[in-house]
Amino acid sequence: MQPFMQRNDIFGGLRDGIPIALGYFAVAFSLGIIAKGAGLTAAVGFVSSFFTRASAGEYGVYTLMAASAPYTEIVVMCLVTNLRYMLMGAALSQKIAPGTSRLHRLLMACCITDEIFGISIAHRGYAPPAYTYSAALISTLFWASGCAAGIVAGGMLPASVVSALSVALYGMFLAIVMPPSRRDGNVLLAVTASFLTSGLCAVAPLVREWSAGTRTIVLTIVLSTLAAWLRPIDVDADGDA
Amino acid sequence: MLMQMETRDIIICIALAIVTTNLIRVLPVVLIRGQIRHRFIRSFLYYVPYITLSVMTFPSIVETTMSPLSGLVAFVVGVVAAWRGLGLFPVAAICCAIVYVMELTLTN
Repeated sequence: MQPFMQRNDIFGGLRDGIPIALGYFAVAFSLGIIAKGAGLTAAVGFVSSFFTRASAGEYGVYTLMAASAPYTEIVVMCLVTNLRYMLMGAALSQKIAPGTSRLHRLLMACCITDEIFGISIAHRGYAPPAYTYSAALISTLFWASGCAAGIVAGGMLPASVVSALSVALYGMFLAIVMPPSRRDGNVLLAVTASFLTSGLCAVAPLVREWSAGTRTIVLTIVLSTLAAWLRPIDVDADGDA
Repeated sequence: MLMQMETRDIIICIALAIVTTNLIRVLPVVLIRGQIRHRFIRSFLYYVPYITLSVMTFPSIVETTMSPLSGLVAFVVGVVAAWRGLGLFPVAAICCAIVYVMELTLTN
């Protein structure tokens, strides 16, 4: 039985969390510009971003708030844009070592963002709580600060810089999905199919009306079902699927 | 002209967002205890992260930049760089640099 808070887990989390944190700062900065339009002060923006940690979800909520939408729409927006976190939570539950206390399971689940989930899943064997916590803490601090900075100093960055920074997160997503694709042909197949169908859905009649959030949810469920059906994995229950 | 929300409304909206978003996160972890043995469900959950991240990346990366071409080039180069094993930060930095330089040259 290894000690719970391994120092190398904490450092490992910080090492992998810092690049995420830098990307977060840039994205949250542009989010702050929208939050300002909804009437948020820097302090409220910091608190909101610190506890929500949902790029698409926050974007949707602030846009609704700027339009003085009713509370029910705020809740529905959060549900739809963040439904993928439910799938990620289910997947993460399989990466938590058996015997981990319920409190740690809850806290680890609260840490879920696209990137923190990505690196936790990519961790060899079970994801140690300390690793997920330290990566989540450093990146969340930058996320919340970025939002506050955007509220205070929004509009001061040139459009070319904002445009360039907006692809940072996507670059990180690629860095998460490509290495496993190289190791596992089935993952490569799934990733390629995802790019193709997602691109198709953005231009095809009817479905192109879907928001990016809806597209993500529908395609994730459909493609994961197909992949699990056509290419089931063959592993022991050791958390390193 | 839009009416700005009052402070009380802003606080309520944000509280609702915080509660909803985190409930979604913890619900499956509370409901699923232990390891799932079912092969189909295990396989499904194995593919979810890769598929969801891929779907979120493309075509959004092309739609978010000022010129779609710079986003497309950033995507292709990002795929190659990540395939060759570059880490999160290098790949992200390369993608940003490509968009910045390309849009600078395209607009001038």
